[in-house]
Amino acid sequence: MIARILATATTEIHIARRNRWVLIAVLLMVAFSLVLSAAGSAPTGVLGADRLSVVVASLTSLSVYLVPLVALLMSFDAVAGEVERGTLPLLLTYPVARWEILAGKLVAHTAILIVAIVAGYGAAAVVAIAADPAALAGLGALWRLTWTSVLLGAAFLGFGYALSSLARRVSGAAGLAIGLWLGMVVLYDLGLLAAVVADNGGLFTTRIFPVALLANPADAFRLFNLTAAHATAAASGIGGAANAIPQWQSLASIVIWPLVSLVLAAMAFRKGEP
Amino acid sequence: MTSTLTISRLTKAFGGVKALSDVSLAVAPGERVALLGHNGAGKSTLMKVILGLIAPDGGEISICGAAPGSAQARAQVAYLPENAAFHPALTGLEQITQYMRLRNLNPSGAMELLGRVGLAGAAKRRIGTYSKGMRQRVGLAQALIGQPRLLVLDEPTSGLDPVSRRDFYELLDGLAADGAAILLSSHALTEVEARTDRLLILSGGRMVAQGTLPDLRREAALPVAMHLSAINGYEGDILAALPGAIRVNGVLHLTCAQDEKLTTLARISALTDKIADLDVIPPSLEDIYSHFSRRDGQ
Ligand SMILES: Nc1ncnc2c1ncn2[C@@H]1O[C@H](COP(=O)(O)OP(=O)(O)OP(=O)(O)O)[C@@H](O)[C@H]1O
Ligand SMILES: [Mg+2]
Repeated sequence: MIARILATATTEIHIARRNRWVLIAVLLMVAFSLVLSAAGSAPTGVLGADRLSVVVASLTSLSVYLVPLVALLMSFDAVAGEVERGTLPLLLTYPVARWEILAGKLVAHTAILIVAIVAGYGAAAVVAIAADPAALAGLGALWRLTWTSVLLGAAFLGFGYALSSLARRVSGAAGLAIGLWLGMVVLYDLGLLAAVVADNGGLFTTRIFPVALLANPADAFRLFNLTAAHATAAASGIGGAANAIPQWQSLASIVIWPLVSLVLAAMAFRKGEP
Repeated sequence: MTSTLTISRLTKAFGGVKALSDVSLAVAPGERVALLGHNGAGKSTLMKVILGLIAPDGGEISICGAAPGSAQARAQVAYLPENAAFHPALTGLEQITQYMRLRNLNPSGAMELLGRVGLAGAAKRRIGTYSKGMRQRVGLAQALIGQPRLLVLDEPTSGLDPVSRRDFYELLDGLAADGAAILLSSHALTEVEARTDRLLILSGGRMVAQGTLPDLRREAALPVAMHLSAINGYEGDILAALPGAIRVNGVLHLTCAQDEKLTTLARISALTDKIADLDVIPPSLEDIYSHFSRRDGQ
């Protein structure tokens, strides 16, 4: 079982390397992280936080958009691409379970994601610490951001595989992936914000809003990293609501979502004739 | 001897299209069986059902005693799809390495395997740069991995040059000698006749004939053609002696049923001094094939 998963993972890494996905993911993360750490250096001192913690706060807002995007870009082709190329039927005649195929892809894509995240955050950290050695105090926050980013990415890899299995066409899967990204990362928050404003402190804001935040892995990720860093949370717009939700709940959401999305993916891939 | 593959009364319809109706067959260990049939006859569908890629509507299939698509069956069956496709970014070696590891084999033999299908020189190039025949050979190489008890090959020689075809059938002979059962589909009648033990003919989803070529020849009972050249001036005599003969481009054509062959020849030999030459033309492979293939409509 492990051997078969690793065989698929190795193949996927070869493919991702040749298709420049590794390079694209790393460059995206490094470029955006560096831009942010340069731009985010301005408020240092104002809040009394160290430079790296400030960078981590900006990286959190960036990663909420970027990590799901990179994860979906890597995963939307996973099943639909094999169907369209005609490689799936042969693969399925091998003594390998369908979930093992997905697991192999997941291992490879997660590894690439880790490389990209570490490269991006690492670059930002190096710049921050070089400019201000006191920034070392923020390493704890950076580590927290790193592993939660990987879990966030894994959740969206699972969503990508599920969409890819359901669409069975690369173009369809790409459309669904873009739709999911827009919906969960952009529109979801806008909708919540509009509802909170309209509700003006009513039942929605106190009861439904916290649950809605936890129900979306991207929001749970932001929430967890912001509540963990009290200093910057106060400066954030979402801070008020964030403080009302216990940290273990957002942590649970971050941990559970990858499992849920991967089970969804395995279920979507399990049915259907190739 | 128990069969490696046994199919009974298999049925499969796609919407209104009956792709397979009531198909039964068996393939014994060491037997090379060719599946023939017109485009759309159901050959590829039959193979996909055997592999468990498509669920049948009815009928029973057993592969070494296991159900199609079960882990036990998949461990013993190798498949070559028609138009075998691979990820263009992978090299031949990487692709075969993955397939060997999926079968729990040490991939150190991958290079040797690629050598057996003549791809040693291109093993480290991307499959995207391969020619059609080279891609087909990657497909053959993966079908040879391990010791499959059953090989299901969908048009394995399509895209191969004549020498590679011969090499391919030699590989098959070796596998069959080791006890593997082989079911292959093809449109190339002559090579199939020479290199397989038995023929199955599908037409419109039905099994219309099965047996060795001599069996089928006998069953079809197609007429034998005879071409006679008369010695100058005797043509009229011959036409009078052999009713039914007709003159085509200066040669006299005569056909007779299989069981009248000897009596007809006896009548011809009575005219020896008037005949310059005689050719006896048995029904060709194509004739026999189209006899069966057309029998069910189409
Ligand atoms: N997935 C499918 N959906 C609908 N109809 C199908 C499907 N697959 C096959 N068919 C139909 O089933 C019939 C048999 O097709 P099949 O591919 O088995 O033919 P074949 O004998 O392999 O032909 P060829 O020699 O052209 O490869 C055809 O009428 C085809 O249109
Ligand atoms: Mg076919």
